[in-house]
Amino acid sequence: MDLLTAEFFQRALIGGVLIAVTAPLMGLFLVLRRLAMIGDTLSHVSIAGVALGFLLGVYPVLVGLVFAIAASFGIEKLRRTYRTYAELSIAIIMSGGIALASIFFTLGMGFNLNVTSYLFGSIYTLDNTDLVVIAVVTVIVLGVVLLHRKELFLLAFDEDAAAVGGLPVRYLNIMISILTALVISAAIKIVGALLISALLTVPAACSLALSRSFRQAILIVVIVGELAVIAGLWIAGVWNLAPGGTVVLLLIVLLIVSLTARTRFRRV
Amino acid sequence: MCAWAAPEPGCHRQIVTLDDVSFSFGTKPVLSNLSFHIQERDFVGLIGSNGAGKTTLLQLIVGLLKPDSGRIELFGMPADRFKERDLIGYVPQRSNFNPLFPATVREVVMSGLFGRRKLFRRVTRQDTIQCEDALRTMHIEDLADKRIGELSGGQQQRVFLARALISNPQLLILDEPMAGIDAETQENFFHLIRHMHQKHNITFLMVSHDIEMMRSYLGQEPKERSGKLSFYIRHSHDIEDCEETDLLHTLRKEG
Repeated sequence: MDLLTAEFFQRALIGGVLIAVTAPLMGLFLVLRRLAMIGDTLSHVSIAGVALGFLLGVYPVLVGLVFAIAASFGIEKLRRTYRTYAELSIAIIMSGGIALASIFFTLGMGFNLNVTSYLFGSIYTLDNTDLVVIAVVTVIVLGVVLLHRKELFLLAFDEDAAAVGGLPVRYLNIMISILTALVISAAIKIVGALLISALLTVPAACSLALSRSFRQAILIVVIVGELAVIAGLWIAGVWNLAPGGTVVLLLIVLLIVSLTARTRFRRV
Repeated sequence: MCAWAAPEPGCHRQIVTLDDVSFSFGTKPVLSNLSFHIQERDFVGLIGSNGAGKTTLLQLIVGLLKPDSGRIELFGMPADRFKERDLIGYVPQRSNFNPLFPATVREVVMSGLFGRRKLFRRVTRQDTIQCEDALRTMHIEDLADKRIGELSGGQQQRVFLARALISNPQLLILDEPMAGIDAETQENFFHLIRHMHQKHNITFLMVSHDIEMMRSYLGQEPKERSGKLSFYIRHSHDIEDCEETDLLHTLRKEG
């Protein structure tokens, strides 16, 4: 029970609970638009920014965010160029990000230790600045999604109908990319760049298996995200496991449970 | 009632005007110098082989694509500046949507209201009533809480029609609405559309490759041809011209 009163654990819990709302929420919209891998891409580009931040001595998350936003514009541009091959844009930007990151890593060999914490996450080392950044990102993402939930639904379900209806589709697509970049940059220190895509996509996968309506889909992604993060941090803390990895494994367990539950329901 | 400028004499406005429109994908010309117009209460059947540019033409008309040259007008307004988007109902190709999408029939029908006019506005009680009306009109009220992917092809098509009709549009655009549906359901669906054309103040533009069904209603010969595209047109005088009708309400009365 000492764990709960330890300050590092409380910080971890606060950061985790906030990111477990926003990451699965944005992930749902991405998965529904067949852009599930965008999280992986943006996080790899973001890591390049983080590395550059260390090199320059600037707050790494901020540089990571700038990189992620630039990458999201790049993806959206390529996505329009290759309309029916959305995944192509993702693969190109992802390899570009990894290439940049590897160059920055080798340029600053002395920073390797710190960079590792961004690759695999180090939720126990969240400082006040990190928490403020996460809180601000949460407020922005929730605010925009609430304001535009009708439009986001229509855009995800039928982009052509959204355009025919006169919605500013380009603006909305860019907005989704920027929000995703925000969430990833904020989450990168929590689960790590290599695992962040799990927090975006696995809750959405659970939700697709279970929900019957869009309203339910939104509720389920957030519930799954919170369950995995809170239980994962707790288990990792008690048994001294890597928190990021534990959260992701729990997510996959929840996915298996969801799929089993679904086949049960089907039979009844 | 007429929110756009200067109605045409005789109240038969031009709903869609294409003037010398050309469009190409890269170096491959799809449409060249196409001029064509659709009058109020026309039923236009657009027929052409694969690759003839049917879908491209629809996308140009609704503003999803911009022409390389020429002029496109909707309700007398240049298409790219046309703001009253709820006047257009749009029924997409059924194959375009993801059957695993987590949305109920009610949510999908309601989304027909989520256009430009509703941006930054809340869903009101009136919207809910309109949604229930649209569901009843298409006889899918029993399916309202089902997931869209669980429905049969014909039922899904009714859902998309209900979504298109919820805003009481004056122009209904249907892109291959009957692809992938069995013959009997196709016949029922076409009957429903014909009925709407005869009794209500709606102008239709429908893309199809089912020539027989189109000819049965629109006549044997196309009114116009352009490249590989044929336009079959039938005008309806069955109701008093230019009478304002609340489509959902009247359709329901007729059951």
